[in-house]
Amino acid sequence: MKTIDIIKNGLIKENPTWVLVLGMCPTLATTTSAVNGMYMGLATAFVLLMSNIVISLLKSLIPDKVRIPAFIVVIATFVTVVQLFMAAYLPDLNESLGLFIPLIVVNCIVLGRAEAFASKNNVWHSLLDGLFMGLGFTWALTLVGMVREILGAGSIFGHSLIGGNDGMLLFILPPGGFICLGLLMALVGAIRRKAEKK
Amino acid sequence: MAKKAKSTLINMLLSLTVIAVVAAGVLALVSKVTAEPIKKAQLAKKEAAVKTVLTPFEKIEEKHIDGNAVTWAFNAAGEPVGVAIESSSDKGFGGRLGVVVGFDTEGNITGYQVLETAETPGLGAKAGEWFQKGNKGDVIGKNPATPLSVKKDGGDIDAISGSTITSRAFCEAVNNAYQIFQGNVR
Amino acid sequence: MKLLNVSGSPHVHSDESTKKIMWRVNLALVPMLLVATAFFGLNALLISAVSVATCVLVQWLIEKYVMKTPSTVCDGSAVVTGLLLAFNVPATADMIWLVAIGALVAMGIGKMSFGGLGKNPFNPALVGRVFMLISFPVQMTTWPTVGKWFPMTTDTVTGATPLGVIKEGLTHEGATIQSVIEANNLPSLWDIFLGHMGGSQGEISAIAILIGAIYLLCRKIITWHIPVSFIGTAFIFSGILWLVNPDVYMDPVMTILTGGIMLGACFMATDMVTSPMSKSGQLIFGFGCGMLTIIIRNWGSYPEGVSFAILLMNAVTPLLNRWCKPRRFAN
Repeated sequence: MKTIDIIKNGLIKENPTWVLVLGMCPTLATTTSAVNGMYMGLATAFVLLMSNIVISLLKSLIPDKVRIPAFIVVIATFVTVVQLFMAAYLPDLNESLGLFIPLIVVNCIVLGRAEAFASKNNVWHSLLDGLFMGLGFTWALTLVGMVREILGAGSIFGHSLIGGNDGMLLFILPPGGFICLGLLMALVGAIRRKAEKK
Repeated sequence: MAKKAKSTLINMLLSLTVIAVVAAGVLALVSKVTAEPIKKAQLAKKEAAVKTVLTPFEKIEEKHIDGNAVTWAFNAAGEPVGVAIESSSDKGFGGRLGVVVGFDTEGNITGYQVLETAETPGLGAKAGEWFQKGNKGDVIGKNPATPLSVKKDGGDIDAISGSTITSRAFCEAVNNAYQIFQGNVR
Repeated sequence: MKLLNVSGSPHVHSDESTKKIMWRVNLALVPMLLVATAFFGLNALLISAVSVATCVLVQWLIEKYVMKTPSTVCDGSAVVTGLLLAFNVPATADMIWLVAIGALVAMGIGKMSFGGLGKNPFNPALVGRVFMLISFPVQMTTWPTVGKWFPMTTDTVTGATPLGVIKEGLTHEGATIQSVIEANNLPSLWDIFLGHMGGSQGEISAIAILIGAIYLLCRKIITWHIPVSFIGTAFIFSGILWLVNPDVYMDPVMTILTGGIMLGACFMATDMVTSPMSKSGQLIFGFGCGMLTIIIRNWGSYPEGVSFAILLMNAVTPLLNRWCKPRRFAN
């Protein structure tokens, strides 16, 4: 497998949000602003990267029948590490992402990549896969967060675009998350198909 | 590529035990490293909150009275300059509305901050700014000896437009804080 | 050669063409527009015009550039959506431009994203309305004061519909419906029937709604099932509550005349695309709308629940269609 294919897969062709449609819970819940979406994506990317590396290193040592519990222990360890460091050095963010950081453990992208990729490929490829799947997730979450923040709060990355106006509240509420994600998914899909035709 | 470990009982026990032990070790280490900074971050947050609601102070001292955190602030000479009291109201639109309110020694409000809110974004969630100095519902400098209440209930506080319920809950939380102030300072 | 007319979904209710039906619905909406203009002046006309123009424009643009199908704006359905949306907002100056956003959502998300007329599961005007209610809660609950005839401008006041006043008033300790009505000088039943009260443009006048509804009934565009079961259920359910405790629950006559029950039951719930096809299905649909409305009004956090009730029942429509399928002959 070529390096460039792995990069393309993670960012666009098999993007976890737009194409695989995995990990929708944090995607919908944490994208109330661009910053939240971005940090949630980065936290997931870190866990994905580390767990992919460790699991591909350990793959020959883990017996098949206990691979799922073994993967989960590895993933949970990295999630807890992320959470502790966030609480220590980024306390505000830790508060706004709250419950969704520990929930990375059950994010299907992480276990999915461990199962589908890292347990079958070498360390270098697994590292790339974890990194670019994570970045693919990050850019998707950041985009959703940006659109919701612009429409819902009239600001972008916390900078107000229109003075004193509230924006359309629906978009920072849960139903707005679904509507935004659906419309963006359709848009990204249309652009992707057009690009593939050429 | 190394040969894959077979799923025998010994192998399974061994691999899971080793992974779990290593994971526990890593976490113990990280937890030890971050314990101090987490404590500091929490303290810094509390101090920052207290700072925004009180007049300048030199040092603070915290105690708990009936489950509510009360923070005394002293000037350089060791005289109390104010007190920040955490309180809450359960009558918010989305449930609990928690605030920290600063009083000077006379009981006048020197500042407030919303600590905990489940109010509707864009409506009740505005409580964080609405009642600050210079804004529409300005409560700074008021003395809740006559309990605060919104205009609709005969008081003199401008309610957040469209969120009378949140505004009432806010007034109640501030009044509760004043009760604690009365009970412990006078 | 005369071609067979192959048309979209609303074909079971009636054998008329979609175009004819939709323009007749528009005609039935005219009395409400007149009453709204009489009570709210120029704002009412401007809001309606902006709303209709946006709906038509959005449909035309999407059909031309996104779906690349022949335009169907002439069938009048976009005008119906535009008018109904305009009737569901307060006639304040803010609404003149906010309603354009609501119309964009109503057509773009509520209707065209599902494939256009006949394919939308939810009433598009209500999608737009609920979107606006949640997105602009302050503006959507700020009502013009009523009093003068043909006012050029109106003062605005927050939460001044009878339902809003009563819901708000009841949160005080010891307040009863009677004390709230007296303290706030709420209009008499006769004024409410004529439409002399605060509220959304189109919902205020029961009499204008009834004129339009009777026209639609005579033209056989709607049947009596949904309006009667909707209003009947609301009347009976609120009547029972009122008999149990008249201090806390509003009397049934006032219940059905205030808020959007009349407008919703006659024009929104009867939308052909989003309501069940069979008579028994329509009766159940109306019953559900009536129950949900009263439940939301009395125990929900909003003073009015008609739009939520209809949207919720819209979601159940496919199930009702399946459940209440007309039986085949010889079965």
